[in-house]
Amino acid sequence: MRNEIFTLRFNREIAKNTFEMTLSGDTAGIAPGQFVNIRLDGFYLRRPISVCDYSEGSLTLIYKVVGHGTEHMSSLTRGARLDLLTGLGNGYDTAPSGLRPLLIGGGAGVPPMYALAKALISEGKMPAVILGFNSAGEVFYEEEFRALGADTYVTTADGSYGIRGFVTDAMDRVRYTYFYTCGPEPMLRAVYGKSVTSGQFSFEERMGCGFGACMGCTCRTKYGNKRICKDGPVLTKEEIVW
Amino acid sequence: MVNTQVTLSGLTLDNPVIPASGTFGYGYEFAEIYDINCLGSFSFKGTTREPRFGNPPPRIAETASGMLNAVGLQNPGIDKVIGEELPKLRRVFHKPVVANISGFSVEEYAECCGRIDREEGVGIIEVNISCPNVHCGGMSFGTSPESAAEVTRAVKAVTSKPVYMKLSPNVTDIAAIARACEDAGADGISLINTLMGMRIDLKRRAPVIKNTTGGLSGPAVFPVALRMVWQVYNAVKIPIIGMGGVTTAEDVIEMMLAGATAVEVGAANLVDPLASKKIVEELPRVMERLNIENLTDIIGGAHNG
Repeated sequence: MRNEIFTLRFNREIAKNTFEMTLSGDTAGIAPGQFVNIRLDGFYLRRPISVCDYSEGSLTLIYKVVGHGTEHMSSLTRGARLDLLTGLGNGYDTAPSGLRPLLIGGGAGVPPMYALAKALISEGKMPAVILGFNSAGEVFYEEEFRALGADTYVTTADGSYGIRGFVTDAMDRVRYTYFYTCGPEPMLRAVYGKSVTSGQFSFEERMGCGFGACMGCTCRTKYGNKRICKDGPVLTKEEIVW
Repeated sequence: MVNTQVTLSGLTLDNPVIPASGTFGYGYEFAEIYDINCLGSFSFKGTTREPRFGNPPPRIAETASGMLNAVGLQNPGIDKVIGEELPKLRRVFHKPVVANISGFSVEEYAECCGRIDREEGVGIIEVNISCPNVHCGGMSFGTSPESAAEVTRAVKAVTSKPVYMKLSPNVTDIAAIARACEDAGADGISLINTLMGMRIDLKRRAPVIKNTTGGLSGPAVFPVALRMVWQVYNAVKIPIIGMGGVTTAEDVIEMMLAGATAVEVGAANLVDPLASKKIVEELPRVMERLNIENLTDIIGGAHNG
């Protein structure tokens, strides 16, 4: 964990209620699948947001406006200074991925797949990506994933764009060696049931601190209690109790 | 040079700043980003006889100037705390710690305190009779003078370490409970634990917290905590550890003027992991500005005004 001050460079709506925020600051120690915890004026608790992309000195976050905190975030403009805790959570382990990992992101679970896809590609692997949304207006980052060279499938629940249905309806189209997924819990459960290999799941929970101190986000696993914020947010298929 | 030292029941602390139980784990997460030996002490995560998972999630909700939690005393149990956590803690913190003990029966409190009594690194035992998030235990011992006294007597019988009873603000007369603890032999009083509260999710039309209610902490509770420290200071002669929404060095001074000898910092650690360190660093500057030479001189100082 590090405490760093970032400066906002861009903050734009890229899909319905979905914003992409680019910040400049010290990104040392950030890894795919981790999150940052952002302090916002007028709100007591920080807001945990998954890391979408990062490079030296630059951090990209994608967040959905779901409440007053994220609404406030969406109103911030260029030059705003933000207090971030970075390097939070365990992140994805790319070691077991094999040559052809499948990345499955649903809605606000899509962003962490981007940094992960980049990391896997840099290791010489060829990830396929399934992005799931409710409808066409919510789709984002399809082109960005394609630009990385990843086979990209988009599903929408109402069929208004791409494959009609859920991410699980696209899973049959891909042969994969391993999988990584992030999204709402019903989707994670469906992926758990449908998947034919081992894989890693990224979870969400209401958090107090985001760095393992308050025990506000503990879950049970086959190997004991884990804090989503510190021992997660990524858990392996083998340890999940479903 | 100002003097920030304070003494609690013979234990001299470099400064009165003590991260509060449940907001600091066993110190490791904070030791990652600063040397926690700058602290006066810290109170480790509340410990029970058996390991506890705690309450189902969500356990946390935000409020205006604060937060609710219903963690429900998640902890690995006294055996693991003594066998694994305390040795690990000793590597990152070299001063005596405050051992926070909770329970569901008088016997459990006594058993855990008896075990902790043999731990060299423990300077004070803080007995939590005020957890609002568990049933059939916790707070129920801290809401009547009789049961608070009963726990105090049982614990005092098994330990020679200073015993501080941690009281609940969810009572009608906190002074009476503090007095009962003092009469039963308590060496000090810690207060306040969290205030019971709740939030409702408008979309789901259901409580945000799965446990329905949670304990309110953060700056929102500071004036209530201050008032209760003031009342307890008037009621007892034993030292008080004041807590509840303390966020700044000024808050520490205010708590001490109300009657606290030392001060615990809780929720502030969760929103700013450097909060306790910043308070320790800021304290001498605030003392100079307020012409305070010795911090001990101001304990209860506002009662003369």
